Amino acid sequence: MAESAVIEISGLVKSFKGHLGLGRKVAVSGLDLSVGRGEIFGLLGPNGAGKTTTLKAMIGLLRPDAGSVRLFGRPPSDVSARARIGFLPENPYFYDYLTAPEFLDFYGRLHGFGRAERRRRVEATLERVGLDAGRSQALRKFSKGMVQRLGLAQAILHDPDLVILDEPMSGLDPIGRREVRDLILELREAGKTVFFSSHILQDAELICDRVGIVVEGRLRHLGVLDQMVRSKPRWFEVAVRGQVPSPWDREVASASGEKVMVKVPDVAELGRLLAAVAESPAEVVSVWPRRESLEDLFMKEVARER
Amino acid sequence: MNAENNRRPAHFGAAVAAIGLNTFREAVRDRVMYLILVFALILILVSRLLSMLTVGEEGRIIKDVGLSAISIFGVLTAVFVGVSLVFKEIEKRTIYTLLANPVQRWQFVAGKYAGLLLVLVMNVLVMTGMLLLILVVRGESMTGIPVAALMIFVELALVTAFALLFSSFANPILAAVGTAAVYVTGHLTWSFELLKARLPEGVGRTLCDVLYWALPNLGYLNVKSQAVHGGALPDGYLLSALLYGSGYALAVLTVACIVFERRDFN
Ligand SMILES: Nc1ncnc2c1ncn2[C@@H]1O[C@H](COP(=O)(O)OP(=O)(O)O)[C@@H](O)[C@H]1O
Ligand SMILES: [Mg+2]
Repeated sequence: MAESAVIEISGLVKSFKGHLGLGRKVAVSGLDLSVGRGEIFGLLGPNGAGKTTTLKAMIGLLRPDAGSVRLFGRPPSDVSARARIGFLPENPYFYDYLTAPEFLDFYGRLHGFGRAERRRRVEATLERVGLDAGRSQALRKFSKGMVQRLGLAQAILHDPDLVILDEPMSGLDPIGRREVRDLILELREAGKTVFFSSHILQDAELICDRVGIVVEGRLRHLGVLDQMVRSKPRWFEVAVRGQVPSPWDREVASASGEKVMVKVPDVAELGRLLAAVAESPAEVVSVWPRRESLEDLFMKEVARER
Repeated sequence: MNAENNRRPAHFGAAVAAIGLNTFREAVRDRVMYLILVFALILILVSRLLSMLTVGEEGRIIKDVGLSAISIFGVLTAVFVGVSLVFKEIEKRTIYTLLANPVQRWQFVAGKYAGLLLVLVMNVLVMTGMLLLILVVRGESMTGIPVAALMIFVELALVTAFALLFSSFANPILAAVGTAAVYVTGHLTWSFELLKARLPEGVGRTLCDVLYWALPNLGYLNVKSQAVHGGALPDGYLLSALLYGSGYALAVLTVACIVFERRDFN
């Protein structure tokens, strides 16, 4: 049997009542998307682009005005589809009167696991997300980072085939972000599909197989990252301490203290600059090859919309 | 075929039970409920003092005040705990991950209701136990008290169903006011009949008819005075009142499920 797409979204439209109940605000307008098994897909876009709305429609919290969502070929209202997904909402919040093991045990029951199975999974998952230490604390005492970890824990407790994460790295420190990235990569290793949203591009650049860029409710760009972003450097930025030799002193892009930044367009030019600096009393501090980043692409798309 | 396809969600009763137990646990770990319970117990105790003021009527007054306390504080629990436990789940967005699990929306409603009923059972049992204890200590008869308490519970179950229904679409203040209004007017349905007789033919009369039939007749569930004054109930009255109360509650819950099924969570 051919494996159909894990996520199949077609013509998704969702609008909300406007301010003071006047008019309607279209949050997502005609989104088509299909994600295959084992992919890491990043839905990227600025705040208010419609990412959260899309994710909520995907798990059935919102009913679309038009279009449809299929998970494993079934609508999200079908519990057998939802048994195979894990979901982390944006800025999650959980019952503050429970402890982490109590909370996960509750969700384990919803998945129909027996007592022994629940205990085993709760232990393993708490360890996996690094929440071993806070196990006897009520959740109201959890820090933002710990809540986020618990959110990840409940999303993977039942070993889902598809994990949907809304801004999984927001509000985390660099170590936390790194851990989330590693977790996502581990999930792919295990053959899972990961669909996440982010307004921070660096997060996606490192791990996504494919990204979609959504602006004002429309999918603007969809593709494999390497193809979307040119991999050849487009220019070089060279930081020099001291007096920059001529004629490059006219190319100074910015200066801070005794350090100046020089922009050169290609490798040949870069070689000549480095040689000239070596001859002079000045010294090279750093050389930074600049590629067109996802960020540049992103800014272009947003600018086009305005 | 891979093993994943064999994965089955929890039996529908298991999910309802899990949500119900969690709801109960939330109430038990919340201070508000204890506050209500303590006030009720104080009132039941005070009924002893009140009874000293009147000669020969002590037993009746203790029963009267005690049953009223059970009813009123039970309703306060049903309204405040009922509305807040449902509202919190939506407002604090715990419902997002809850409904991402293989849980149907009607199971959420049924689970919340089951949890709230458990809270009410506990409250009514504690308060009734207190009342019975006082009656025993004073050597008064206890007849009628258990039946009256049971019917108070049925009434609370009905009021709680309304609390759930209103919380499914209204904000908590509106939901609490609406539930309280159902409780009050539910005890006054007889007055619509009286009012109708005094009104001229027309819209007013129709409105009285509609209110009389649409609102739950809570007076029908009230057997306090029989318990206090020792009057006998007609044959089959209890059974029909029990069926009336639970049937009505079930109907209200069904509507709540339909509203939940259709709404967005954002
Ligand atoms: N419940 C709602 N009522 C009205 N407008 C909403 C609601 N939810 C989202 N929106 C609007 O829809 C747009 C998309 O929101 P959202 O999906 O949350 O964006 P993102 O997650 O990409 O930041 C925003 O303009 C937002 O203001
Ligand atoms: Mg968002």
